[in-house]
Amino acid sequence: MPRALIHVPATAKKGETVEIKTLIAHVMETGYRIGVTGAPIPRDIIEDFVCTYNGEEVFRAKLYPAIAANPYITFFTTATASGTLAFSWTDQHGATQVQTAEIKVE
Amino acid sequence: MARSRRSRREILQIAGALVGSGMALRLSIRPARATPEMMQDAVRAAIGEAAVKKGRVKLDLPPIVENGNSVPCTVSVESPMTATDYVKAIHVFNEKNPQPNVISVKLGPRAGRAAFSTRIRLADSQTITAIAEMADGTCWSDDIDVIVTLAACIEESIH
Amino acid sequence: MRRTGAIFAALVAAAPVAARAADIPFDQRRSDSEFVSADTRAMQNDDTANPGMLAVLDGETLWNTKAGDSNKSCADCHGDAKVGMKGVATRYPAFAAEFGRPIDLEEQINLSRSTDQKAAPFAFESKDLLALTAYVAYQSRGMPIALQETAKLKPFIEDGRAIFERRQGQLNLSCAQCHDDNWGKTLAGNLIPQAMPTGYPIYRLEWQEVGSLQRRLRNCLSGMRAAPYNFGALSLVELELYLMWRARGLPIEAPAVRP
Repeated sequence: MPRALIHVPATAKKGETVEIKTLIAHVMETGYRIGVTGAPIPRDIIEDFVCTYNGEEVFRAKLYPAIAANPYITFFTTATASGTLAFSWTDQHGATQVQTAEIKVE
Repeated sequence: MARSRRSRREILQIAGALVGSGMALRLSIRPARATPEMMQDAVRAAIGEAAVKKGRVKLDLPPIVENGNSVPCTVSVESPMTATDYVKAIHVFNEKNPQPNVISVKLGPRAGRAAFSTRIRLADSQTITAIAEMADGTCWSDDIDVIVTLAACIEESIH
Repeated sequence: MRRTGAIFAALVAAAPVAARAADIPFDQRRSDSEFVSADTRAMQNDDTANPGMLAVLDGETLWNTKAGDSNKSCADCHGDAKVGMKGVATRYPAFAAEFGRPIDLEEQINLSRSTDQKAAPFAFESKDLLALTAYVAYQSRGMPIALQETAKLKPFIEDGRAIFERRQGQLNLSCAQCHDDNWGKTLAGNLIPQAMPTGYPIYRLEWQEVGSLQRRLRNCLSGMRAAPYNFGALSLVELELYLMWRARGLPIEAPAVRP
């Protein structure tokens, strides 16, 4: 399972806009590179990234081969209630990795 | 002494010849690039026939990039992000990578701020375009020219 | 790569037989971080943005994973790496009595793995070896490089210096011509750094992954059109040793980010 690094503030005030940072280990092989044998290296990328907040989708991204290796995505969400943010990355083969982070809203 | 100097010059000439042939080889194996037309097609596939106006979007990329493998890219859009007036999607396109799409994100009023950052690949110096789709159906854009410098010390081959 | 040859050729042509200048004055030595773009530096200095941290986290897992016939983890003997490994990377390469020569941090990890854990050593440049090395090096972040010119290390440091200053390869270049004599100038689009190895293993944008100092040195040598030494060759370790000694006092930045 690839390694992911997520940064979500542990606590926030209700209604506050918070920044979320995500980083996941993935080669994001474009399919356009030629390997040492002369054969093209097959495409292998993460295609979809979704963040849900207490089950509700708050951010979604469709990634293309132009996204750098070890995709790094940061975005914002409004702290509405204490609970769980779930992050999922799905590769082109349909394999999904999910990681969660808790936020406490005061 | 004179002989050794001459031989070095010869080696440099050979190196020069290699540079020439290497470049040609490189071009011949490079996959077809996206073109401005392909980029337009990708834009239409993403946002339909809506007119795109300049403004409200700010695309941030360093004007000079030291390695095209990883270029910081931030898009922010002027929007109150209320229940009725918000940004619903942001798309980033390029005109010279093999494919015109870079990333498409969907967001909504809960985002609080219509902005995101990522790191992208740029095969060459080129123009990058960001387009934001608003809840009212209007589309706004920004574009920026980026110079990708030649890295001096690239690795011989993938290992 | 080929265009690199042309760039180097131009550099050599511009300064054909300039005599070797002196060493970089002690107080003018600077981290290679100062020769990268502000964006790359920001990426390095934010742990949530630095992809090298993914390797550090992998290394933390390996540190606590039992391995080999001993069925022991690194932690079983060394305890918490945050305590036991603090400062260790500032002293490598170090003299290993069992070999009668210096070994680098990767080799030390593999030595401990084969003799203490009784496990198969990791391959050079393997993901696991880089991850453990990154994790150990990370424990010294911010600490000054503490390499001492001991009597045992001195001849190896001298050998490393000799390799650094020797012209080699088809372009007849030495490491010192770029990194001692021309640092701060540009080579193609890049500033030439001083080659202070403060941040290894590094995440290199060019590689799109983490790599060792030995990989970087091999990379330099092939750029100079010289035959690169094999991974683990004494000459490479001597170069590492000389460079670390040359950078003594500068803080460890592992995992650094470089273009």
